[in-house]
Amino acid sequence: MSDTPSASAQRPMIELSDVTVRYGGNVVALDNTTLRIDKGDFVALVGPSGCGKSTILKLVAGLLEPTAGAAIVGGREVGAIGSHAKRLGLAFQNPTMLPWLSILDNVMIPLKIVEPFRQDYRRKRKGEFRERAEALLEQVGLAGFGNKRPWQLSGGMLQRASLCRALVHEPDILLLDEPFGALDQFTREELWDTMQDLWINRRPTVLLVTHDLRESAYLASRICVMSSRPGRIIEDQRVTFARPRTLESSYQPDFTTLVQQLRMSIAEARAPGSSQTPAASRPLEEVSV
Amino acid sequence: MNKPLPRWRRNLLSFSAMIGFFLLWEVLCRLLGVSELVLPVPSQIAAVLIDKMPILWPHTQQTLMTTLIGFFLGVFIGLLIGVIIGSSRVAYDIAYPLLVGFSSIPKVAVVPIFVVWFGSGTIPAILTSMVIGIFPVVVNVATGLATTEPELEDVLRVLGAKKRDILWNVGLPRTLPYLFASLKIALTSAFIGTVLAETVASNKGIGNVMMIASGNFDVPLVFAGLFILAALGVALYSVSALLENRFTSWTQRGKGSEAA
Repeated sequence: MSDTPSASAQRPMIELSDVTVRYGGNVVALDNTTLRIDKGDFVALVGPSGCGKSTILKLVAGLLEPTAGAAIVGGREVGAIGSHAKRLGLAFQNPTMLPWLSILDNVMIPLKIVEPFRQDYRRKRKGEFRERAEALLEQVGLAGFGNKRPWQLSGGMLQRASLCRALVHEPDILLLDEPFGALDQFTREELWDTMQDLWINRRPTVLLVTHDLRESAYLASRICVMSSRPGRIIEDQRVTFARPRTLESSYQPDFTTLVQQLRMSIAEARAPGSSQTPAASRPLEEVSV
Repeated sequence: MNKPLPRWRRNLLSFSAMIGFFLLWEVLCRLLGVSELVLPVPSQIAAVLIDKMPILWPHTQQTLMTTLIGFFLGVFIGLLIGVIIGSSRVAYDIAYPLLVGFSSIPKVAVVPIFVVWFGSGTIPAILTSMVIGIFPVVVNVATGLATTEPELEDVLRVLGAKKRDILWNVGLPRTLPYLFASLKIALTSAFIGTVLAETVASNKGIGNVMMIASGNFDVPLVFAGLFILAALGVALYSVSALLENRFTSWTQRGKGSEAA
């Protein structure tokens, strides 16, 4: 792949070309999927569980290599450790905090690892970086919890801390794997707004995996619906509601129509989709990816 | 079991148990008229300890220094090998049988070899305690690293971290509890190694003193040596337990402040 500056400027930020991922030989998690995401776009991936949504995130994050096809992020093929072309931020489904560090230190991990913050880490750890992390924690309602250990926080709090960790180094690409899943409705809606503000102001490229269709319609500029295993993208549509979207707007007729229509698509993907599923992978339906 | 006793009562009771043990020893020996050549009474051993301390002290220092040097060398080498083996699945599989074989050798058997190579004296003692200390460290460090949750490593991997970053920020901190568990074992075994080598092939150290004393049928002195070794052992163990507490407090939840 040639990655001259001019070429990479016009290229999509994330390119999956005919990607297939197989686990353990015969479980096809992702089948011949092509997905291009432009720089600064906000894409939501929705679909039945076990359809390979998380697999796509892992591919982009470089945690997984495609069995066939190519995954290109920021103009460079992903795979080898330490080869990221772009700054990535990732909030996992499980808020994996390192148990030996305080919440604040956990949030500051990206600053310790990623250039250009890395070189200043020793110098700014107690000052600028700390303030930045604390400001983020405050934004998600965790002010004053920075010195706690991960086991002292509830699941929802950890998930919010994990979101801070994904954002602290101002990533070019934000990968979110059901980041609001363990939160109550009110906190979730609050964080939608936080997320939306952040995206409007800084315009990172976001790939959001979610089960919540209202969430996808609220946040995303583009929604991709996936079929059940083996996953592939069966529907791809733009969301044109004006921004910033508000909770009021999420109860407007066109918003509700969109959510309803998404629900139909997924229901369809679940039921007749089974006929497309190869017999070999049927008993493994529960295996989550 | 019933509910735990308060701390001060626990301490008081274990202290009384210790005193009781020595009292019983003293009383039984006197009542049954046991010869001091077989089992000297604690009061006599204490008298010998105080009396011979000027002579015993340099030997005590010698044993302590030898143990510590051997221990630190062992930990350093063990840590190095453990990290290499633990960070690669292949290395782990290949080297493990070799390590098991190596550790199965009774360490007394290596003392004569060290004596052949380096002559009798301090060096074989240091090497023996080192050799004994290496294995538990290697096994624990390698196990700790090899069992690190991939999810924790992924946190850094998505940031484009290098292998060294992951080792330093995830692997090693995660392995600290394993390392400290092995340090306690390594320290006590290093101590055994030292005394062993001193007994077999040295002219200094408590082990050597006990060997000579037993040759002279000076049984109270032999027991005095034993007491010093016990005291050293307890002191070394306490130090490593203290360090462990300091560095791996995150594994002991609930001891600090309660959950929010």
